[in-house]
This record gives sequence, C-alpha cells and structure tokens, in this order.
Amino acid sequence: MADVKTSWSARVTVSPHLHEGSTTAKIMISVIICLLPAGVWGVFVFGLYSLYVVLVSVAASVLTEFVITRLQGRFTLNDWSAVLTGVLIGYNMPPSVPLYIPVIASVFAIAVVKMAFGGLGRNWMNPALAGRVFVTFSWTGFMTRWQSPLNWSADAVTSASVLGFVKSGLMDFEGSVRGPIEFLALKGFPTSGVGTAGGGGLPALLAPLGRIFPAGYGDLFLGNIPGCIGEVSALLLLLGSIYLFAKKIITWEIPVSYIGSFSLLIWFLGGRPFGGGVFTGDVLFHLMAGGLMLGALYMATDMVSSPLTRRGMIIYGVGAGFLTFLIRIYGSFPEGVSLAIIIMNMFVPLINRATRPVVFGYVKEGKE
Amino acid sequence: MASKIRTFPGGGVHPHDYKFLSNDIPIRNAPIPPVAVIALQQHMGAPAECLVAPGDVVREGMLIGKAQGVFSANVHASIPGKVKELRDIYLATGIRSKAVVIEFEGEFEGGGTAEANWRSKDPQDLMELIRDQGIVGLGGATFPTPIKFSIREGNKIEFFVINGVECEPFLTSDHRLMVEKTESLLTGVEIVRRILSPQRVLIGVEANKPDAIEALNREIANSGLDIEVVALKTKYPQGDEKQLLKALIHREVPSGGLPLDIGAVVSNAGTVYAIYEAVVLGKPLIERIVTVTGPALKNPANFKVRIGTPVGNLLEECGGFISAPGKIVAGGPMMGFALADPDVPVVKGTSGILALSEKQTRSGLPTPCIGCGRCIEACPFGLSPTTLYKWIDHQEYDEAIAAGLMDCKECGCCAYVCPARIPLVQGMKLGKIMKKKG
Repeated sequence: MADVKTSWSARVTVSPHLHEGSTTAKIMISVIICLLPAGVWGVFVFGLYSLYVVLVSVAASVLTEFVITRLQGRFTLNDWSAVLTGVLIGYNMPPSVPLYIPVIASVFAIAVVKMAFGGLGRNWMNPALAGRVFVTFSWTGFMTRWQSPLNWSADAVTSASVLGFVKSGLMDFEGSVRGPIEFLALKGFPTSGVGTAGGGGLPALLAPLGRIFPAGYGDLFLGNIPGCIGEVSALLLLLGSIYLFAKKIITWEIPVSYIGSFSLLIWFLGGRPFGGGVFTGDVLFHLMAGGLMLGALYMATDMVSSPLTRRGMIIYGVGAGFLTFLIRIYGSFPEGVSLAIIIMNMFVPLINRATRPVVFGYVKEGKE
Repeated sequence: MASKIRTFPGGGVHPHDYKFLSNDIPIRNAPIPPVAVIALQQHMGAPAECLVAPGDVVREGMLIGKAQGVFSANVHASIPGKVKELRDIYLATGIRSKAVVIEFEGEFEGGGTAEANWRSKDPQDLMELIRDQGIVGLGGATFPTPIKFSIREGNKIEFFVINGVECEPFLTSDHRLMVEKTESLLTGVEIVRRILSPQRVLIGVEANKPDAIEALNREIANSGLDIEVVALKTKYPQGDEKQLLKALIHREVPSGGLPLDIGAVVSNAGTVYAIYEAVVLGKPLIERIVTVTGPALKNPANFKVRIGTPVGNLLEECGGFISAPGKIVAGGPMMGFALADPDVPVVKGTSGILALSEKQTRSGLPTPCIGCGRCIEACPFGLSPTTLYKWIDHQEYDEAIAAGLMDCKECGCCAYVCPARIPLVQGMKLGKIMKKKG
C-alpha cells in the first residue's frame, strides 16, 4: 500500500486552492499579440524605419524599468507591462520621428509616470499616453511631421495627417462642402483610389472595399493614410481586439461608451465646421481618421488607469468620448484621443469612489 | 425547461467541477479506525465539556462531550473502546481543540433505541432529540442545528430549504446521499417540517446532478409529499445559504442577518439525513459521508466515515497517491483547508478530503494589483475585494470594516480569478482577526 505519510506534501496555504489560470503577464502578452497586426501594417506602409521606432521604444521602456527596478533591488520585467508600454509608445509615434524622441517618451513614461509612483498598478495615468503627450508638447514639430504611406504615388507628399489637414484647411476656407471627405478631395489630398476604377497602388483584390465604403473611406479603414505607426489601420486594430473581447481582457463598456458617445456628438455637431447644420457630422470619418480605434480599444482600456466597476467604465468612456469630441471639433488640436484619455485617467479614483458596488443584503428601503 | 433554470444574479465563478471523479461511486463504509481522535470543538460555538477520563471504557454512541450552554453541541464516541488519553490537537481549520483519543476494542452493540413512531412526537421532543444527538450543520459551518430551528415567538417560517447544491468542485457526498438515501432523506425533511411547520419546502440542487434531481422527484411523486425540487444553474458559490435563498425565493438576507429574517431556514442535505438517523434510528452524529477524491489519488471514493478517523487512513484506503499531491485539502477546493498532517481527524464538518495535483495548485507569486476589476465582478456579495485588501494591507481595519469586510464569506471567488494572484482571502481573514483583536 502506498504510504500516504511519507509522500505527504506539506504545502499549506489559505483557500481557494484552485485558480482559473490567468496571470498579469498573460494579459499583457495577449494585448501585445493583438496589437501586432496593426504594427506590421504600419511598417508595411511606412517602411522599415518605423519598425526601428517601435523597437527603440520597446528597448528604451524595458531598459528604463530594468535599471530602476535593479536600483530598488527587484525585478518586474516578467510581467511584460514595460514591453506593452514600449509597443504603445512606438505605435503612437509618427513614422519618421528622430529616434531620440521615442526614447525620451519611453523614459518619461516608465521613470516618471510609472516607477515614480510605485510601478505597475500604481501608475495613475496610462504611461504610454503620458509619454506621447510629453514629447508632443516638447517636440511638436517632429511629432506632427507625417509621412505618406507607400501605396501613394511617389510624388504625393504631405506634411499633414488627415485630421490635421482638414482642421488647418478649414481655418481659411470660405466655400462650402458636405463633409471632410469632400473637403479632402477638393483640396487635393492624395488618395489611393481604393475601389475606384484604375485602382492606385493597392492590389485589385481590395477593390470590393470601394463598394462597402464610399470613395475615400476605404483608405481610412485600411490605414492607407498618413498617421502614427500603429494607429492608421482601423481594420487590423478591430480584428486584434476580437481576441481581447473573447478572452474578456477588455469588456465592452469602455470601447462602446467611448466610441458611442463620441459618435453621437460628432453626428450631432461635427458638421458645423463645414457649414452644415446639426446632425450632419461625418461619424465614419472621425472614427477611422485618427487615433480613436487604438485609443478606445487598447489604451483607454488599460486596466490600471481605468475604473474598476462596469458602471464606472461607462462613465469613464463617455467622458473620454466627450473630451475627444471637444478637442477635435472645438479645440486647437486636430487629434484629441491621447489628451482625452489621460484627463479621464485622472478622474478614475473619483469614479471608483462614486461607483462602489452595492453590497449583498442592503436592500433598498421599501423594496420587497 | 431551460428558461426556468435559476441561479443567483450577481458574481460567482464557474470552476471545472471534477465531480466525474467520484459522482458514480456508491457510498461505502470506511474501515473502523484503530484509534479515533474525537475533537470536542467540532462545531461553531463553545466546545463540549469532556465527560470521560483516560482508562474509561466507552460504547459506540456514548456521550463523551456535553454541550456547554445553548450555543454548543454534544459529542459522542464514534467507536467502542477505551479512552487512551485526552490530547490537544489541531483541527483542519487550524483551530486548537481538546480531543478524546479512543482505542478501538470490544463490540458494536448497535446504536440507541429506534423510534419509528416519530410522527406522534411533539415538535419540542423532536428538537430535544436532535440536540441530544449532537446534530450540527454538515455543510461546513457546523452551526448547531437546534439553534437554527429555534424560532422566536411570532416568527413565521415561510420556507424550509434543503441545500443539495454542493457547489464546491470535487465534492459528491451530498450528491450520493440524495441518489442513494432518497427515501430516508425525505423522511428527514418531514421531521423538520413537523418541527418548523413551514408554508413551503424546497430542495435546491444544481443541474450538474441530474440523477439526484430525478431520484428526488421520483421519490416525492411516489410518496405524495409536498416538496419542490428546484434545479439550479451550476455556479459557485450557490451553496452559500444566502445565495441559495436569493436564487430560490429572490430575497436577500440582510447584511449581518440570518435566513430567519426573511422567513426561511436552510439545512444541508447531509444535515437532514443526520436528523433522520437521529430521530428514526436513535443514532447520534458519529458518522458522516466524506468524499475522498482528487487527481492525485488512485481510487476516489465516497465513504461513510466514523468521526475521528485520521484523514491519512482514508487516503490509504483509496490506494494512496498516483502522483505527488500539491496539496491535501479538507473540504472543497474553494473554501477548504490545506492539511499539514495526515493525522488530522475527520470532524462533523468534513465534507471531503482532496488530493490535488501539483499542477492544479501551482500558484505563482503575487504581483501588484492591476485594477482589472475581476474580483469585483466575481464577488457574489457585491464587495470590492481589491479595495478591502488595500485597506487591510495598509492596516486600516476600520476602513475595511466600513467597506463591508464583515459581509465577506471567504468564498474565494475573488482570489480564484485574480490575475495578479493576490491572496485576497488571506487578506480578508487577517482583517477579521485584526478586527477581533481590536
């Protein structure tokens, strides 16, 4: 008979003795993997240099965290959060940015926003976004110098992102257009002609997109536009998020309330700058032209800097949608996602306090 | 039918239930232990007062520990023999208790006097019988049953609920009981009905025990009893009486209150069976059904075990381990207690002994909270475990109490889902202990 006493395991811990299997590292790695397609696309359309930008960001983030935690006598890189921060910083850089800028953004993100407050879990702001905003205000010139995607004809050079082009173009525009897409065409903003006869630089197999999206939107959806490395492809960002939704790493509350509130407001008032009335805003354009997809799906949903409860997440998402709308339409910047999210990050403790769950057994008075 | 299936609304988790390891294995008698170690503190409340001294000869079922006061329970000798010594032992829960060590010798003379004619008895006499026989809740909390059944003047019992949920993974003792001892169990229900005179009697069973539901329904139909069997959607911790009542009658027991406050009394299926044995067979609570199972164990089993049997004996009776176990647990894997010692005896509250595999219990080191909110989602009591844990970690116990610490039942859902592997339950337990210390 097997001797139970000699093979007795002395391991004793408090219950529960089972675990569903998730770990912080698994969550971080999943997000990184889901971000990969959009990054590969960025490198494809903007060239190999943009890959260096992303790699340098990751290396700088990891190294900064390594040095700081080393000084503290601990090691935290195995939670993979530094890698994720690096990837997100790289994705938020214009493709032709000098390499020292993502390095500065990464050092600021990790050293100031994350480690100075105690490391993972204590960062009161999304470190990647804080890093991006820091360098955007410090080196605005580099951070707003955009590059044409590969698929455009060689002579099509632009120095503006889609949103920036529209915003600055509207300032001294006297005429009348129906919306941003018509405005872009009028001002000669280059397009690939996805879906139109003749085709442009993209393979003909993308032609059916033109039937789904009216002329011009196909480029936005695919990511065939100037913009930050990782934000341009709405399609691939959406695809990547499917896994995160399926694994419940992100829940619907933040993306839906963010995108939903933003869309409603754009629809309501987004047409005004073009001389249109209320309820003429071009929602589709605003969803795909800037950093909203990357922001709403991957950055506003950062667990550390977003609220704990589902009710709180909805408040936070609506707030971010409102602020993004405000900055884009009435503010002085063409893009508002980064600022909107980090401002809402600051409200998270307050939101958490206001949305504490109702404890079992505290039935409202007068309710049987 | 599927749309009718109920469960409690908020929180809860769905661990793999592992019931297949033992849910088809009939209950059989575990061997009589050569030495039984019978703790005098097997129940919630004051320990029983020892009535024997070393050298005394005891009969099976003889009273050896007398309830001290109302909030206590009698303890009986589970085997005949000679008292070897009185010893201080650690129970599975980590509580220290005085125990009577009995060396088996002599004969089984058969238990007390059978009382088939219980229907003619007064509710008060039935209660007395239950108190004499040392019946406590067998679901794990071991709350003395007579106290649970003592209804204050003017309190009306609307519902008597039999808890056949057995929501903890692995455990199948109540399941086997409902399948094999259906008739006796229902007799037990009728005894309780006579004591409490409730308006309705319900049995809640999770849908992962279809054979138990079928057996109960068949027996109820045969005997024409007025008992409703309710199939519940499998979800942990539905066996918690507050969650069970929420699922069955849609009422919430007030915070800090008892089921009585909403007109209900809940008893575990095992308890009801023990009541049957106590009243009809005149048998004190000296045996219980224990599931001995786990992936590291050779032959899982459902045993009828004498109280005081060392758990090591039961594991050996199952053929020992097939792989080095990661942990040995008394009770279920979500709320049970890891054991350091194979000599820990089975007590009235021991529903199972688990030999969990090394892989299952690999825990990983805690990392910082990343604020994912999954513990809040999982908490069936609407608490914010991460917030509570932070207060406790900062030694702000009063803040933790204010945030609802005392409403925590330590069900383990939060720690089960926590990706940062924070020992949340340990934190809650610590917070409660520190509160007691003041």
